[in-house]
Amino acid sequence: MKILTVNFLTCAVKACKSSPLSFPLHFQDAELEQSDIEYNAAFLRNILPRVDWEALKITANELGFTTVPIEKPDLTPTSTATDKNPVRLPINTSEPQATDEKTMRDLHTLLLETEVREGKMVCGNCGHEYKIKEGIANFLLPSHLV
Amino acid sequence: MTSNEPQSESDLYEDAHVHQVYEQIASHFSSTRYKPWPIVERFLEALPDGSVGLDVGCGNGKYLTVNPNVFIVACDRSTNLVNIASQHRPHTSIVADNLNLPHPSSTFDFAISIAVIHHLSTPGRRIQAVTAILDSLRPSTKSESSGYRQDGGKALIYVWALEQKHSRRGWDEGDEQDVMVPWVLKQNTNAKCTEESKTFHRYYHLYCQGELEHNITAAGGLVLESGYEKDNWWAIAIRKPQWGHRV
Ligand SMILES: [Zn+2]
Repeated sequence: MKILTVNFLTCAVKACKSSPLSFPLHFQDAELEQSDIEYNAAFLRNILPRVDWEALKITANELGFTTVPIEKPDLTPTSTATDKNPVRLPINTSEPQATDEKTMRDLHTLLLETEVREGKMVCGNCGHEYKIKEGIANFLLPSHLV
Repeated sequence: MTSNEPQSESDLYEDAHVHQVYEQIASHFSSTRYKPWPIVERFLEALPDGSVGLDVGCGNGKYLTVNPNVFIVACDRSTNLVNIASQHRPHTSIVADNLNLPHPSSTFDFAISIAVIHHLSTPGRRIQAVTAILDSLRPSTKSESSGYRQDGGKALIYVWALEQKHSRRGWDEGDEQDVMVPWVLKQNTNAKCTEESKTFHRYYHLYCQGELEHNITAAGGLVLESGYEKDNWWAIAIRKPQWGHRV
Protein backbone atom coordinates (compact mmCIF):
# COMPACT_ATOMS: atom_id res chain seq x y z
CA MET A 1 0.00 0.00 0.00
CA LYS A 2 1.26 3.43 -0.98
CA ILE A 3 1.98 6.30 1.38
CA LEU A 4 -0.21 8.57 -0.76
CA THR A 5 -3.14 6.25 0.00
CA VAL A 6 -2.77 6.71 3.75
CA ASN A 7 -3.72 10.35 3.20
CA PHE A 8 -7.15 9.13 2.03
CA LEU A 9 -7.85 6.57 4.75
CA THR A 10 -9.40 6.77 8.18
CA CYS A 11 -11.02 4.41 10.67
CA ALA A 12 -13.91 2.33 9.25
CA VAL A 13 -15.84 2.69 12.53
CA LYS A 14 -18.52 5.29 11.78
CA ALA A 15 -18.34 6.95 15.19
CA CYS A 16 -14.61 7.64 14.69
CA LYS A 17 -14.94 9.67 11.48
CA SER A 18 -15.97 12.87 13.22
CA SER A 19 -13.00 12.65 15.60
CA PRO A 20 -9.79 14.41 14.49
CA LEU A 21 -7.90 11.62 16.31
CA SER A 22 -8.91 9.11 13.62
CA PHE A 23 -6.91 10.83 10.87
CA PRO A 24 -4.33 9.93 9.82
CA LEU A 25 -4.14 6.32 10.98
CA HIS A 26 -0.89 5.54 12.78
CA PHE A 27 1.62 2.97 11.60
CA GLN A 28 2.99 0.21 13.79
CA ASP A 29 5.62 -2.39 12.86
CA ALA A 30 5.62 -1.22 9.26
CA GLU A 31 7.86 -3.04 6.79
CA LEU A 32 8.57 -0.91 3.75
CA GLU A 33 9.51 -1.78 0.20
CA GLN A 34 10.59 0.50 -2.63
CA SER A 35 8.93 -0.13 -5.95
CA ASP A 36 9.83 1.44 -9.26
CA ILE A 37 7.22 3.75 -10.73
CA GLU A 38 7.96 6.04 -13.64
CA TYR A 39 8.33 9.65 -12.52
CA ASN A 40 5.40 11.67 -13.81
CA ALA A 41 5.83 15.34 -12.86
CA ALA A 42 2.41 16.38 -14.17
CA PHE A 43 0.60 13.65 -12.22
CA LEU A 44 2.43 14.59 -9.03
CA ARG A 45 1.77 18.31 -9.48
CA ASN A 46 -1.91 17.64 -10.04
CA ILE A 47 -2.25 15.32 -7.05
CA LEU A 48 -0.34 17.44 -4.51
CA PRO A 49 -3.10 20.05 -4.04
CA ARG A 50 -5.33 17.19 -2.83
CA VAL A 51 -2.83 16.03 -0.18
CA ASP A 52 -3.43 16.92 3.49
CA TRP A 53 0.09 18.12 4.29
CA GLU A 54 -0.09 17.92 8.09
CA ALA A 55 -1.32 14.32 7.89
CA LEU A 56 1.41 13.43 5.39
CA LYS A 57 4.10 14.84 7.71
CA ILE A 58 2.80 12.71 10.60
CA THR A 59 2.80 9.57 8.42
CA ALA A 60 6.25 10.26 6.95
CA ASN A 61 7.66 10.91 10.39
CA GLU A 62 6.28 7.62 11.74
CA LEU A 63 7.93 5.76 8.88
CA GLY A 64 11.26 7.53 9.35
CA PHE A 65 11.19 9.79 6.30
CA THR A 66 12.81 13.15 6.85
CA THR A 67 12.54 14.62 3.35
CA VAL A 68 9.04 16.10 3.54
CA PRO A 69 9.15 19.91 3.32
CA ILE A 70 7.55 21.75 6.25
CA GLU A 71 5.28 23.59 3.83
CA LYS A 72 3.55 22.06 0.82
CA PRO A 73 5.49 23.08 -2.34
CA ASP A 74 3.84 26.02 -4.05
CA LEU A 75 3.06 24.74 -7.52
CA THR A 76 1.01 27.61 -8.89
CA PRO A 77 3.26 28.99 -11.67
CA THR A 78 3.56 26.03 -14.03
CA SER A 79 5.44 26.57 -17.31
CA THR A 80 2.29 26.41 -19.44
CA ALA A 81 0.63 29.03 -17.27
CA THR A 82 3.57 31.47 -17.59
CA ASP A 83 3.79 30.91 -21.35
CA LYS A 84 0.27 32.20 -21.65
CA ASN A 85 1.03 35.08 -19.31
CA PRO A 86 2.79 37.99 -21.07
CA VAL A 87 4.05 39.47 -17.76
CA ARG A 88 7.50 38.12 -16.91
CA LEU A 89 7.96 37.30 -13.28
CA PRO A 90 10.91 39.27 -11.85
CA ILE A 91 12.57 36.22 -10.30
CA ASN A 92 15.45 34.05 -11.43
CA THR A 93 13.79 30.70 -12.05
CA SER A 94 16.85 28.50 -12.54
CA GLU A 95 17.80 28.03 -8.87
CA PRO A 96 14.27 27.44 -7.47
CA GLN A 97 13.58 24.96 -10.28
CA ALA A 98 16.58 22.87 -9.29
CA THR A 99 15.40 22.51 -5.68
CA ASP A 100 11.87 22.04 -6.92
CA GLU A 101 12.93 19.08 -9.05
CA LYS A 102 14.73 17.45 -6.12
CA THR A 103 11.76 18.03 -3.80
CA MET A 104 9.39 16.61 -6.37
CA ARG A 105 11.56 13.52 -6.95
CA ASP A 106 11.68 12.92 -3.19
CA LEU A 107 7.91 13.27 -2.96
CA HIS A 108 7.50 10.85 -5.86
CA THR A 109 9.65 8.32 -3.99
CA LEU A 110 7.75 8.80 -0.75
CA LEU A 111 4.17 9.04 -2.03
CA LEU A 112 4.14 6.65 -4.96
CA GLU A 113 7.16 4.34 -4.80
CA THR A 114 7.19 3.52 -1.10
CA GLU A 115 4.95 0.57 -0.28
CA VAL A 116 4.03 -0.74 3.14
CA ARG A 117 4.25 -4.53 2.75
CA GLU A 118 3.47 -5.64 6.30
CA GLY A 119 2.34 -3.93 9.47
CA LYS A 120 -0.60 -2.34 11.19
CA MET A 121 -2.50 0.93 11.04
CA VAL A 122 -4.03 2.04 14.30
CA CYS A 123 -6.94 4.43 14.89
CA GLY A 124 -5.98 7.17 17.35
CA ASN A 125 -9.60 7.40 18.51
CA CYS A 126 -10.78 3.83 19.18
CA GLY A 127 -7.45 2.00 19.03
CA HIS A 128 -8.63 -0.54 16.45
CA GLU A 129 -5.79 -2.07 14.43
CA TYR A 130 -6.00 -2.68 10.69
CA LYS A 131 -3.53 -5.21 9.35
CA ILE A 132 -1.51 -4.92 6.18
CA LYS A 133 -0.41 -8.24 4.68
CA GLU A 134 1.57 -8.64 1.47
CA GLY A 135 0.88 -5.01 0.67
CA ILE A 136 -2.92 -5.24 1.07
CA ALA A 137 -4.62 -3.40 3.93
CA ASN A 138 -7.74 -5.00 5.38
CA PHE A 139 -10.48 -2.71 6.76
CA LEU A 140 -13.19 -5.30 7.42
CA LEU A 141 -14.53 -4.77 10.92
CA PRO A 142 -15.30 -7.49 13.46
CA SER A 143 -19.09 -7.76 13.97
CA HIS A 144 -19.07 -5.98 17.36
CA LEU A 145 -17.69 -2.80 15.74
CA VAL A 146 -20.11 -2.69 12.80
CA MET B 1 -23.54 -8.18 19.83
CA THR B 2 -27.19 -9.22 20.06
CA SER B 3 -28.40 -5.65 19.60
CA ASN B 4 -28.44 -5.74 15.82
CA GLU B 5 -29.86 -9.13 14.90
CA PRO B 6 -31.53 -8.14 11.60
CA GLN B 7 -28.35 -6.56 10.31
CA SER B 8 -26.19 -9.51 11.25
CA GLU B 9 -28.67 -11.83 9.53
CA SER B 10 -28.25 -9.81 6.32
CA ASP B 11 -24.52 -9.84 6.88
CA LEU B 12 -24.46 -13.63 7.14
CA TYR B 13 -26.73 -14.00 4.11
CA GLU B 14 -24.58 -11.73 1.93
CA ASP B 15 -21.44 -13.38 3.24
CA ALA B 16 -22.66 -16.80 2.08
CA HIS B 17 -24.34 -15.75 -1.17
CA VAL B 18 -22.10 -12.92 -2.35
CA HIS B 19 -18.73 -12.58 -0.60
CA GLN B 20 -17.76 -16.24 -0.39
CA VAL B 21 -18.82 -16.84 -3.97
CA TYR B 22 -16.67 -14.01 -5.34
CA GLU B 23 -13.76 -15.16 -3.21
CA GLN B 24 -13.94 -18.59 -4.87
CA ILE B 25 -14.65 -17.51 -8.43
CA ALA B 26 -12.28 -14.48 -8.30
CA SER B 27 -9.75 -15.51 -10.89
CA HIS B 28 -12.26 -16.98 -13.37
CA PHE B 29 -14.57 -13.98 -12.86
CA SER B 30 -11.67 -11.62 -13.43
CA SER B 31 -10.69 -13.31 -16.69
CA THR B 32 -14.15 -12.50 -18.07
CA ARG B 33 -14.14 -8.86 -16.93
CA TYR B 34 -11.87 -6.74 -19.05
CA LYS B 35 -14.00 -4.47 -21.21
CA PRO B 36 -15.07 -1.24 -19.47
CA TRP B 37 -18.70 -0.20 -19.94
CA PRO B 38 -18.97 2.96 -22.11
CA ILE B 39 -20.82 5.10 -19.54
CA VAL B 40 -18.17 4.35 -16.91
CA GLU B 41 -15.37 5.03 -19.36
CA ARG B 42 -16.94 8.36 -20.36
CA PHE B 43 -17.39 9.39 -16.70
CA LEU B 44 -13.76 8.60 -15.81
CA GLU B 45 -12.29 10.20 -18.93
CA ALA B 46 -14.14 13.47 -18.27
CA LEU B 47 -12.52 13.94 -14.84
CA PRO B 48 -10.06 16.83 -14.45
CA ASP B 49 -6.38 15.79 -14.14
CA GLY B 50 -5.35 15.25 -10.54
CA SER B 51 -8.81 14.21 -9.34
CA VAL B 52 -8.79 11.80 -6.41
CA GLY B 53 -11.57 9.27 -6.07
CA LEU B 54 -12.87 5.90 -4.96
CA ASP B 55 -13.83 2.71 -6.75
CA VAL B 56 -16.19 1.05 -4.27
CA GLY B 57 -16.41 -2.64 -5.13
CA CYS B 58 -13.59 -2.58 -7.67
CA GLY B 59 -13.59 -6.30 -8.50
CA ASN B 60 -10.52 -7.02 -10.60
CA GLY B 61 -9.87 -3.29 -11.02
CA LYS B 62 -10.75 -3.03 -14.70
CA TYR B 63 -11.67 0.67 -14.33
CA LEU B 64 -8.33 1.62 -12.76
CA THR B 65 -6.63 1.83 -16.15
CA VAL B 66 -9.16 4.07 -17.91
CA ASN B 67 -7.76 7.49 -16.92
CA PRO B 68 -4.03 7.62 -16.05
CA ASN B 69 -4.29 11.23 -14.80
CA VAL B 70 -6.42 10.56 -11.71
CA PHE B 71 -5.67 8.73 -8.46
CA ILE B 72 -8.08 6.04 -7.28
CA VAL B 73 -8.32 4.24 -3.96
CA ALA B 74 -10.17 1.06 -4.87
CA CYS B 75 -11.77 -1.39 -2.49
CA ASP B 76 -13.54 -4.73 -2.56
CA ARG B 77 -14.79 -7.26 0.01
CA SER B 78 -12.94 -10.06 -1.75
CA THR B 79 -9.24 -10.34 -0.89
CA ASN B 80 -8.66 -12.48 -3.97
CA LEU B 81 -10.12 -9.80 -6.25
CA VAL B 82 -8.18 -7.04 -4.44
CA ASN B 83 -4.98 -9.02 -5.05
CA ILE B 84 -5.73 -8.90 -8.77
CA ALA B 85 -6.77 -5.21 -8.71
CA SER B 86 -3.63 -4.18 -6.83
CA GLN B 87 -1.52 -4.72 -9.94
CA HIS B 88 -2.90 -1.52 -11.45
CA ARG B 89 -0.51 1.29 -10.63
CA PRO B 90 -0.28 4.02 -9.44
CA HIS B 91 -3.56 3.24 -7.65
CA THR B 92 -4.08 1.35 -4.41
CA SER B 93 -6.57 -1.41 -3.71
CA ILE B 94 -7.70 -2.32 -0.20
CA VAL B 95 -10.10 -4.79 1.38
CA ALA B 96 -13.14 -2.96 2.77
CA ASP B 97 -16.89 -3.19 3.20
CA ASN B 98 -19.03 -0.68 1.30
CA LEU B 99 -21.24 -0.13 4.37
CA ASN B 100 -18.19 0.77 6.48
CA LEU B 101 -15.81 2.63 4.20
CA PRO B 102 -12.47 3.60 5.72
CA HIS B 103 -12.33 7.00 4.06
CA PRO B 104 -12.59 10.54 5.41
CA SER B 105 -15.91 12.30 4.77
CA SER B 106 -16.32 15.21 2.35
CA THR B 107 -13.01 14.55 0.63
CA PHE B 108 -13.25 12.92 -2.78
CA ASP B 109 -13.71 14.42 -6.25
CA PHE B 110 -15.46 11.34 -7.56
CA ALA B 111 -16.55 7.82 -6.76
CA ILE B 112 -17.71 4.92 -8.86
CA SER B 113 -19.59 1.85 -7.67
CA ILE B 114 -20.17 -0.44 -10.60
CA ALA B 115 -22.36 -3.52 -10.27
CA VAL B 116 -22.03 -3.60 -6.49
CA ILE B 117 -24.99 -2.31 -4.50
CA HIS B 118 -27.35 -4.79 -6.21
CA HIS B 119 -25.63 -7.45 -4.07
CA LEU B 120 -27.04 -5.97 -0.84
CA SER B 121 -30.11 -7.85 0.33
CA THR B 122 -32.40 -5.18 1.85
CA PRO B 123 -33.56 -1.71 0.67
CA GLY B 124 -32.12 -0.18 3.86
CA ARG B 125 -28.67 -1.60 3.21
CA ARG B 126 -28.70 -0.49 -0.44
CA ILE B 127 -29.57 3.06 0.63
CA GLN B 128 -26.90 2.87 3.35
CA ALA B 129 -24.33 1.92 0.70
CA VAL B 130 -25.30 4.98 -1.38
CA THR B 131 -25.13 7.16 1.76
CA ALA B 132 -21.58 5.94 2.45
CA ILE B 133 -20.49 6.81 -1.10
CA LEU B 134 -22.12 10.27 -1.04
CA ASP B 135 -20.63 11.01 2.39
CA SER B 136 -17.12 10.53 1.02
CA LEU B 137 -17.65 13.17 -1.69
CA ARG B 138 -16.62 16.83 -1.54
CA PRO B 139 -19.74 18.92 -0.91
CA SER B 140 -20.75 21.66 -3.36
CA THR B 141 -19.51 25.20 -2.70
CA LYS B 142 -21.61 28.20 -1.79
CA SER B 143 -22.40 30.82 -4.37
CA GLU B 144 -23.53 34.41 -3.83
CA SER B 145 -26.48 34.33 -6.18
CA SER B 146 -28.10 30.92 -6.12
CA GLY B 147 -27.14 29.51 -2.72
CA TYR B 148 -25.07 26.53 -3.85
CA ARG B 149 -23.33 25.51 -7.04
CA GLN B 150 -23.63 21.87 -8.10
CA ASP B 151 -19.85 21.48 -8.16
CA GLY B 152 -19.35 18.85 -5.46
CA GLY B 153 -17.71 15.46 -6.00
CA LYS B 154 -19.69 13.18 -8.31
CA ALA B 155 -20.62 9.54 -7.93
CA LEU B 156 -21.48 7.13 -10.73
CA ILE B 157 -23.55 4.18 -9.56
CA TYR B 158 -24.38 1.29 -11.86
CA VAL B 159 -26.75 -1.62 -11.10
CA TRP B 160 -28.24 -4.59 -12.92
CA ALA B 161 -31.69 -3.93 -14.39
CA LEU B 162 -34.83 -5.99 -14.04
CA GLU B 163 -35.88 -4.80 -17.49
CA GLN B 164 -33.64 -6.85 -19.80
CA LYS B 165 -35.97 -9.00 -21.87
CA HIS B 166 -33.51 -9.26 -24.75
CA SER B 167 -30.66 -10.53 -22.56
CA ARG B 168 -29.65 -14.15 -22.04
CA ARG B 169 -31.46 -14.11 -18.67
CA GLY B 170 -34.61 -12.59 -20.15
CA TRP B 171 -36.03 -10.95 -17.01
CA ASP B 172 -38.53 -8.14 -17.48
CA GLU B 173 -40.82 -5.71 -15.70
CA GLY B 174 -43.00 -7.43 -13.11
CA ASP B 175 -40.62 -10.35 -12.52
CA GLU B 176 -39.20 -11.25 -9.12
CA GLN B 177 -36.46 -8.73 -8.24
CA ASP B 178 -34.52 -10.77 -5.70
CA VAL B 179 -32.83 -13.59 -7.54
CA MET B 180 -30.01 -16.13 -7.31
CA VAL B 181 -27.84 -16.04 -10.42
CA PRO B 182 -25.64 -19.00 -11.27
CA TRP B 183 -21.94 -18.72 -12.01
CA VAL B 184 -20.47 -21.79 -13.64
CA LEU B 185 -16.86 -22.09 -12.61
CA LYS B 186 -14.78 -24.05 -15.10
CA GLN B 187 -11.34 -25.20 -14.15
CA ASN B 188 -8.75 -27.44 -15.72
CA THR B 189 -8.18 -30.09 -13.13
CA ASN B 190 -5.33 -32.08 -14.62
CA ALA B 191 -2.64 -32.13 -17.27
CA LYS B 192 -5.02 -33.52 -19.89
CA CYS B 193 -7.12 -30.39 -19.48
CA THR B 194 -10.31 -32.17 -18.56
CA GLU B 195 -12.73 -29.43 -17.70
CA GLU B 196 -14.60 -29.74 -14.48
CA SER B 197 -17.32 -27.29 -13.63
CA LYS B 198 -18.94 -26.23 -10.41
CA THR B 199 -21.94 -23.92 -10.14
CA PHE B 200 -22.12 -21.12 -7.57
CA HIS B 201 -25.14 -18.90 -6.94
CA ARG B 202 -24.86 -15.19 -6.27
CA TYR B 203 -27.63 -13.08 -4.77
CA TYR B 204 -28.79 -10.05 -6.81
CA HIS B 205 -31.45 -7.45 -6.34
CA LEU B 206 -32.52 -6.48 -9.87
CA TYR B 207 -33.33 -2.78 -10.04
CA CYS B 208 -36.54 -1.64 -11.70
CA GLN B 209 -36.82 1.67 -13.52
CA GLY B 210 -36.55 4.65 -11.14
CA GLU B 211 -35.43 2.57 -8.16
CA LEU B 212 -31.79 3.64 -8.27
CA GLU B 213 -32.78 7.31 -8.38
CA HIS B 214 -35.12 6.65 -5.45
CA ASN B 215 -32.25 5.06 -3.44
CA ILE B 216 -30.02 8.06 -4.19
CA THR B 217 -32.67 10.59 -3.13
CA ALA B 218 -33.36 8.61 0.05
CA ALA B 219 -29.62 8.69 0.78
CA GLY B 220 -29.54 12.50 0.56
CA GLY B 221 -28.20 12.71 -2.97
CA LEU B 222 -29.14 14.77 -5.99
CA VAL B 223 -29.32 12.90 -9.31
CA LEU B 224 -27.67 14.92 -12.08
CA GLU B 225 -28.03 12.42 -14.88
CA SER B 226 -29.33 8.87 -15.19
CA GLY B 227 -30.09 6.26 -17.80
CA TYR B 228 -30.02 2.69 -19.08
CA GLU B 229 -27.10 0.94 -20.71
CA LYS B 230 -26.83 -2.72 -21.72
CA ASP B 231 -29.17 -4.29 -19.16
CA ASN B 232 -28.11 -1.87 -16.41
CA TRP B 233 -29.46 1.28 -14.78
CA TRP B 234 -26.95 4.02 -13.98
CA ALA B 235 -27.02 7.42 -12.28
CA ILE B 236 -24.58 10.26 -11.63
CA ALA B 237 -25.22 12.04 -8.34
CA ILE B 238 -23.79 14.62 -5.96
CA ARG B 239 -24.54 15.27 -2.31
CA LYS B 240 -27.64 17.41 -2.03
CA PRO B 241 -26.54 20.96 -1.16
CA GLN B 242 -27.65 21.82 2.37
CA TRP B 243 -29.70 24.88 1.49
CA GLY B 244 -30.38 27.24 -1.39
CA HIS B 245 -32.03 24.65 -3.60
CA ARG B 246 -35.27 24.30 -1.73
CA VAL B 247 -38.14 23.60 -4.08
ZN1 LIG C 1 -11.52 4.17 15.22
